[in-house]
Parts: sequence; structure tokens; C-alpha cells
Amino acid sequence: MEPLDEELEESALELPSEPMQLNMGPAHPAMHGTVRIVLELSGETITKADVQIGYLHRGFEKMCERGTWTQCFPYVDRLNYVSPMLNNVGFALAVEKMLGVTVPERCQYYRVALGELARICDHLVCNGAMAMELGAFTPFLYCARAREIIWDIFEEETGARVTHSFGRVGGMARPPTAMFKDMVRSGLPRLLFMVGETEKLLLKNRIFLDRLEGVGRVSKETAFALGWTGPTLRSTGAAYDVRRAHPYLVYDRMEFDVPVGSAGDNYDRFMCRQEEIRQSVRILEQVLDQMPDSGPVNIDDPRIVLPPKEEVYTTIEGTIQHFKIVMEGVKVPAGECYSYTEAGNGELGFYLVSDGSGTPYRVRIRPPCFAAVAGLQQLIEGAMIPDVIPTFGSMNMIGGECDH
Amino acid sequence: MAAKTQSTPWTKPAGKPTAGKVVPRPARTAQVQAYLPEFFKGLGLTMRHFFKNTKEMMLGQKADPVLESLSEGITTIMYPEEKRPYPERFRGVHRLTLRDDGSPRCVACLCCSTACPAQCIHIEPAEYPVGDARRGYERFPGSFVIDELRCVFCGFCVEACPCDAIRMDTGHHPVPYDSRDQFIYKKELLMTFTGRDGERLTENPRHEPGDPSHPGISRDQHH
Ligand code: SF4
Ligand code: SF4
Repeated sequence: MEPLDEELEESALELPSEPMQLNMGPAHPAMHGTVRIVLELSGETITKADVQIGYLHRGFEKMCERGTWTQCFPYVDRLNYVSPMLNNVGFALAVEKMLGVTVPERCQYYRVALGELARICDHLVCNGAMAMELGAFTPFLYCARAREIIWDIFEEETGARVTHSFGRVGGMARPPTAMFKDMVRSGLPRLLFMVGETEKLLLKNRIFLDRLEGVGRVSKETAFALGWTGPTLRSTGAAYDVRRAHPYLVYDRMEFDVPVGSAGDNYDRFMCRQEEIRQSVRILEQVLDQMPDSGPVNIDDPRIVLPPKEEVYTTIEGTIQHFKIVMEGVKVPAGECYSYTEAGNGELGFYLVSDGSGTPYRVRIRPPCFAAVAGLQQLIEGAMIPDVIPTFGSMNMIGGECDH
Repeated sequence: MAAKTQSTPWTKPAGKPTAGKVVPRPARTAQVQAYLPEFFKGLGLTMRHFFKNTKEMMLGQKADPVLESLSEGITTIMYPEEKRPYPERFRGVHRLTLRDDGSPRCVACLCCSTACPAQCIHIEPAEYPVGDARRGYERFPGSFVIDELRCVFCGFCVEACPCDAIRMDTGHHPVPYDSRDQFIYKKELLMTFTGRDGERLTENPRHEPGDPSHPGISRDQHH
């Protein structure tokens, strides 16, 4: 046996110190959206991070080139699967921009209402999941319960809970149901109550605050340089909201605030989302007051929207119109356009190219969380492993739209 | 309220510059920093929910999860003992509607299979036999197959049908089977499903030759 007091060389006592590689994801509980982050660690500090996306790549853009413009709606549903209605509305607006048509007033209000409900949904999931990943499971359940209220409304309106496929070029698949306003009016107070309970549990919790405050801080300039939009940009103090900067639909008639942060850290991103839920509720209340109870929902153009069913059943003109649209699709004039709306995560853009046929020539999406995830590496380098979780959570990466 | 301007969703006029409403930063009061007081407050909040729910459960005052889904307390639906009725617009399993004489309404126009984004409908049109009143007037589906596993339940087929021959108003979700081929629904099966009201007939008022209610105009008489 070696004598204990043997003189060892200094270097023999040093632990091997090449940086440690750690794979986070793609199937990590906190990596919602299947993303893999390869971390190079020195101790618990991250020296290098490599964010690898693409695990949910489904060739959405290519698939869209196969069918008609209308057949893209089920695909856009599955982009941001937390708020599919915002994608439906965004895509419908993009095609309508190409066609140069405006949907009737009632439909505009309806789209705003459904869109805001989806936005609330998006923020609830993001904040709830972020809290859950930090160990606070109860707030997540409260958020999930609140989201359930919205999903019930969606199911009643569109016929499906998540994949609504409800938008159509030139209108909506169906007019609002008779109980739509009542459902939203009765659901919102309950929803706000649940949001309040969530905040009561989280905002005075020191563990939660310690893990959010000052973590993942980003400056306004960096955020702009990275192309961030939405709550991630607003948390840095830049009050840019597409609904305000370039109002579409009827957002110019709505009174609402754009919540901005001051430090650009995780806490600000969390709070911006919480405040946006309240602002969305405000918008919804105004929409419900202003939305006409009757009137057309679809535009009156037989080349774009399907004729009413009774006409299809009984008249030859209706049948032919119907066949033309179903078989060939809506003919969109040749050209290209970029249309952008404010989705849950920021600016959701669709860049469309048409060759004049009923099939898209090219559909390009500008997903809001793609830019956010691109900046993740900068945010977590130099931080600790536990900081990755809330920082990644507050980016609200949605694999479906990120991997386009 | 802002002035009412005619908004055009595709021109997107530049809006007013926005100031933004600054969200509050966390209040690091002594109470928060001490952790424990707030910890117990939070515990109190969850406990309040817990005891209230337990009490309601024990005393049988539990809110009806379907009718009072917005009330406080547990609104978990104990599926399958309790079921939430599917809404009117719910898109469930497909069905083929029938004519008065029990034959399928479908005329095999292939609109639905064209409109289907998942390409899960397969129809083989067939001609009526010689001598049939409908021969030369319309076709019928020799085989009509829907792969319910591929289907994304978008409802485009229903929208595309010019005859009200296919519907998704059965009010059923697809049943989980243990093998894939059981999800391939054939014409005969699709024809057995009824709507929620138990009705199999269609609302399409058009009467083709061969229907008992057909007024008797044939194509030959027209030309
Ligand atoms: S619901 Fe959609 S996916 Fe399913 S069969 Fe009909 S068109 Fe195809
Ligand atoms: S179900 Fe309707 S759309 Fe499909 S082939 Fe039959 S008639 Fe045509």
C-alpha cells in the first residue's frame, strides 16, 4: 500500500478539466417543442451553447405547394399549435391581401375575437409551462384550467379544440354561433380569476423571482438586431406591436395598452405576457360590444367563397361555382406579397408567391419564435444550467412554427 | 375610443406611435425576501382550494362539470361515466347520407377526395347497370373508403360535397381500435352511421331519378 504521506506532484492532484459536453434535449421535459441544446460546461457555467432546431421539421412550406390555397389551413393550424386561430387569421389575411379583398365588418370583429382568445391561450401555456418547469406545478394547472375555458369556446365555435381549420379565404368557415358573445362574456371573469390566482402564487415567491429576475437579460439593441418581435422584444422596452404599429382588421378601433418591460430579463417577459392577457381581455370586451349580431361573414364574391349550400343543391349556377372552387381552388392573381400579423410570439409573416393558379407557388413563413430561438445562445452563454430552463421557457419556442 | 376609420386589413396604415405601459418589477419587500411568510400564504391559497374541493366532494355539492363548468371547485369530468356532450359543430366520424330508397346520396363526383388535404378518401365511381333509371344520369360510388387514421378532421370534405352526401355530424369521435385496418371505413360502414338525431337521410332537396319521390323527369325527356 502506498504511504499516505507520499509526496505527489502538484499536477497529479489536478482533476481532469476538459470542458464537459451536455446534451439538453431533444426529449428533455423542459425542452417543450423538441429542441436540442448542446452545452459546453465549465462546472455549472455554460461556456458555449449550441441550439439545434429542426426536430419537428415537417416540410410545411413544401406541403402547401401541393394543394389549393384553402388546403393550407390545416397546415397553418399546426404551425403554432398553441394558438392555431392566430395562424388561420394570419394566413387568411395574407391570401386576401393578394386578392385585394376585405372581409365584411362582422368577420373582422369575429377574427379579432377568436384571435385574442387564441393569444390568451398562447400566453397562458407559455407562462404556465415556464412556472411548471421551475417547479411550480399548481399555477400550471390553474393556467390549464383557464385555457380549458377558451378551448371550450373554440370547440363550440369551430368544431375542434385545437386544430380548428376554421379560417377561409374571404371569410370564416361558419358564422359566429348565437351564444358566442355570452360564452365569452361568462368565461372571461373566470379566466381572469384563474390568472389572478396564478399570480398570487408566483409573484411573491422568492424562488420564482430569483430564478427570473436579472436572468437572460437582453438589451433593446440586441433584440432589434436579432429580429425579435412580440413579448420578447417588448420586454426590452420597445413598444412595437403589429396591432398598433400597422393595425389590421379592426385593431385601430380598439383601446389597449402595449405592455413593455424595462430590463429585458425573464421576469419582464413573464410579466409582459401576463399583462397582455389582461389587455386581450380588454380588447375582447370591446369587440363583443361592437360586433354586429347579424350581417354577412363571407365576402360576396362567387370566385372566392363557396356559394351557399341551398344554391349548390338546387341551381346549376351554384353547382358549377362550387365545382370550380373545390376542384381548381381560389384563383389568386399572379404576384407576391408579404403579410404580417401579431401572433402570440410576435410578428407572424407569410410571404406568398402566386403564379395565378389555384395552388400556391411558394409559401414562406416568418415564424416569430425562430428569431427568438436564434438569440437563445447569446442569452445562456455565461449563465448557469438552471438559467437555461426559464430563459428557454420565456422564449416560448414552438417547434411547429420554428422548424418550417 | 379611437376615431372610426375605415380599416383595410391588407394595406396596413401606419398606426400611432405607442408609448407602452411598463410592467412592474418585482417588489422585493422584506416579506418576500424572508420567503417563509409568502410560502405559507401560497400554501394557504392551495389549501383553501383543497379543503373546499374536498368538502364539496364529501358533501356531494360538487359542481356539475358540464353545466357549471365555470364555477369554482373541481370541474373534472369523470370520463367515461360523465361525458360532455359534443357541441353542435363538432366534427366527428364521417357518415354517408342516404336517399329515401336507402342507396347512398353520393354521386361519386370526387369533390370531397379532391378537397381533402390529407388525401384519405378513396372513391371508385361506378356506373348504374343498364336499364337503371339513374344510368347515364349520375354515378354512384362503387367503393368509398375513408382512412380515419389519416384524416385530420378538418371538415373540408363536408364543405366540398355538392350533394350533402357526406357529413361529420355523428357526434362520435373515432373509436380507438387495436389494428390499423380497422380504421379504414368502407362505404357500408359509413352508411350505417346516423346523425345525432338518428337521422340518415339528407337535407338535400334534390330528387334524382330512382328516388320514390322523384317527379319523373328523365334526361331523355329533357333533350
Ligand atoms: S375531414 Fe378533412 S382530412 Fe378528414 S376526410 Fe374530410 S377532408 Fe379529409
Ligand atoms: S361524398 Fe359528396 S363530394 Fe364526395 S364524391 Fe360523394 S357526392 Fe361527391
